[in-house]
Amino acid sequence: MSTFQIDFSAAAKKRIVGIDLGTTNSLIAFMDLTGPEVIPTPEGSKLVPSVVSVSNDGSYVVGERAQRLLIDAPERTVYSVKRLMGRGIEDVRDELRLFPFRIADGSENVIRLELGGKLLTPPEISAQVLKQLKAQAEAYLSEEVSQAVITVPAYFNDAQRQATKDAGRIAGLEVLRLVNEPTAAALAYGLDKRKNGVVAVYDFGGGTFDISILRLNDGIFEVLSTNGDTHLGGDDIDNKLLRIALEDVESEWDEDVSHSGEAVQTLRRAVIIAKEKLSFVPSATIEFGWRGKLYQREISRELFEGLIKDIVERTLAPCRHAMLDASLKPEQIDEVVLVGGSTRIPLVRQAVETLFKAKPHTELNPDEVVALGAAVQAAILSGDVTDKLLLDVTPLSLGIETMGGVVSKLIHRNSTIPASATEVFTTSVDGQLNVLIHVVQGERELARDCRSLARFDLKDLQPVPAGMARVEVRFLIDANGILNVSARDMRSGKEQSVEVKPSYGLTDDQVEAMITESFERAEEDFAARQTREAQVEADTILLALDKAQASDAWHVLGDAERATIAAARKGLLTVYHTGTHLQIRDAIEKLDGVSRKLAENMMNTAVRAALKGSKID
Amino acid sequence: MHFPIVEHTCWRCGQTSEEESEAASLFCKFCNSLQRPVVDYFAFFGFDKALTIDAGELQRRYYMLSRQLHPDRYTRATETERNFSLEATSILNDGYRILRDPVQRAEYILKESGFDIGEQRSKDVPPELLEEVFDLNMALDVLRSGDTQALAELEASRDRFVGMQEEIDASLESKFRDHDAAPEPQRHEILTSIRSILNRRRYIRNLLQEVNKEFATREA
Repeated sequence: MSTFQIDFSAAAKKRIVGIDLGTTNSLIAFMDLTGPEVIPTPEGSKLVPSVVSVSNDGSYVVGERAQRLLIDAPERTVYSVKRLMGRGIEDVRDELRLFPFRIADGSENVIRLELGGKLLTPPEISAQVLKQLKAQAEAYLSEEVSQAVITVPAYFNDAQRQATKDAGRIAGLEVLRLVNEPTAAALAYGLDKRKNGVVAVYDFGGGTFDISILRLNDGIFEVLSTNGDTHLGGDDIDNKLLRIALEDVESEWDEDVSHSGEAVQTLRRAVIIAKEKLSFVPSATIEFGWRGKLYQREISRELFEGLIKDIVERTLAPCRHAMLDASLKPEQIDEVVLVGGSTRIPLVRQAVETLFKAKPHTELNPDEVVALGAAVQAAILSGDVTDKLLLDVTPLSLGIETMGGVVSKLIHRNSTIPASATEVFTTSVDGQLNVLIHVVQGERELARDCRSLARFDLKDLQPVPAGMARVEVRFLIDANGILNVSARDMRSGKEQSVEVKPSYGLTDDQVEAMITESFERAEEDFAARQTREAQVEADTILLALDKAQASDAWHVLGDAERATIAAARKGLLTVYHTGTHLQIRDAIEKLDGVSRKLAENMMNTAVRAALKGSKID
Repeated sequence: MHFPIVEHTCWRCGQTSEEESEAASLFCKFCNSLQRPVVDYFAFFGFDKALTIDAGELQRRYYMLSRQLHPDRYTRATETERNFSLEATSILNDGYRILRDPVQRAEYILKESGFDIGEQRSKDVPPELLEEVFDLNMALDVLRSGDTQALAELEASRDRFVGMQEEIDASLESKFRDHDAAPEPQRHEILTSIRSILNRRRYIRNLLQEVNKEFATREA
């Protein structure tokens, strides 16, 4: 058997980064000579809050600054958008009650949020977070970053994965691989160095829960099974506490504050701070100040655990299913790894320890471990790491709708990907020109109980008698967990055209349009910002000149000098509104040059005045 | 064992090599580039077509081939090779899934040998099971009508079917060995009997699934 080649050409030198696009926080990491490393923000933080705010002028604010705007401008700021990725309005109606977002009409297939006068889809909003991370990495590494590995919850379905990929494209990133978060965490832990064995990764994050069971064998990370809930995370704990706190505030103040976005977000912040404290101390206080009133409620860990017990328990059933699918008992699992901020909660750790009968690993920071793993996977793709390989699975069964709405499963859940299935379709009517195939994801027997994935239209068939057409359709789930469909006319052997109508998410054309717009806008935005900066500078100098003209220093100047200054001032005012930033800066420089003497006079006058003043006093 | 020798021409360097089969030529012997993969699970893994298989060896080859073929290794290769890698890895994974499971492996060989193994409808009760199936369905009906007395009967019936399934698996194993040891002309006959055993097994499996579902809803 021959060995494989690695291409060491110039193009191969391009760096690939790893991104953890989280519900609450996002991180970007790269593979350094010593190992994976998270790239910090200019302010020195490793976490970028996944919060996006739209400013009055239509520009975006992302991260820490946007998080502050959650309270000051809640109507134009959005958080936890990952929960809306690849979803329709029906999926999220319940939780939208607590999210202050306004959903636009026509959000059945793709949610559109009304934000600061814009209509934005979740991939466009996530793209802003990705752009920020990209810029951060480019500044840190001093090179262009255009290729990335992005992590997704293992239990993400096709539409949610596609939406994540779309976000990357809109942000100007080529997404070389989507990696499942728990698998990435396993890579980061490097458990393969220790021993071959079975590892369970329990990933309880801000918005999603995943469990993956892996077998490690000489650097191969083979996922045996995965399970989870894409709508279960720290957000649910926050929302539960928030709901109770809102009621408590109402009964104490006799005032319902839940209509004020500002109040809700302030209280939400207070609840989160108390929750986080409770992981380390036995008691914490929720402090909420609002319009001069102060609400304080002490909450013990015991009470807190009583409140979140059912949420923690909801993570256990997926764990049992995953073990069952892998045909493993808890005793057969050698190591357990904890990932995600919510695993800091002592009750969560207890539950995991009891279920798996093993003390879980917590050595790596649960917030960073996924990003570090993404960087390792990036290095595998670039060929820098050759002794490791991930073999992941598809979390959900893939099937087609048949007669009577019954699902015929083609690829079962927990099949190692890439995986494929081939099915032959025929026509039922003489001269039929197309065949429609409805593809669904899920474990239920009826199509309507599964998640509709897409409708594939086999078009332009040769008109033949019923049952004579034979079209072979190949369903292939790629290494990203995304479905690809191709078809072949078995009679002619020719490729058969397939039109895809995704049930949720954006069409390719829509994504293309967003990419174009985002690039056009990027130039537009940049130019606008430069002009604005130049105008601000012009304001400063014009204001100073106004002051000077009212002072003695102005009169000390000769007529000619005053005329030159007045002309330069007029020149600046002419370009102020209509000129480019270069023209404005040019005019500023001229005015600055001719008024230097005036400035000196001003200084002298000021010094004299100061001296005089000090004498009087 | 006689293998047909095929001539394989590399898509990239154009040189021709002699191979045991199209599926066995994963890489060009001259320029080392990945070749268009062919769906033939046994040849892909380098095994003779047989019903018995060394599970440890299968896993070893699976890991080895994964390292060589996985798309992660071809991120920076040409588009043709990237596509071949995706195709080859899906064949590898599909094949591993089928070959490691005795029943799926047997069904695959049956299909390759020209047997029709289209999903047998569970309506046709194998005659020798008629009485047992009748009793079991009675117990199910009684139970569903709310009479929990049938529970014990159903459990006993389930245990009998589980026992039957185990017997079937044992008899399959010996048939597999018979098949692999038999000369080619006698194999068809053995495959025919394997097919009928598999049909029986599938029928019992579906039955057990239904009973277990009933127990599961009861527990919940």
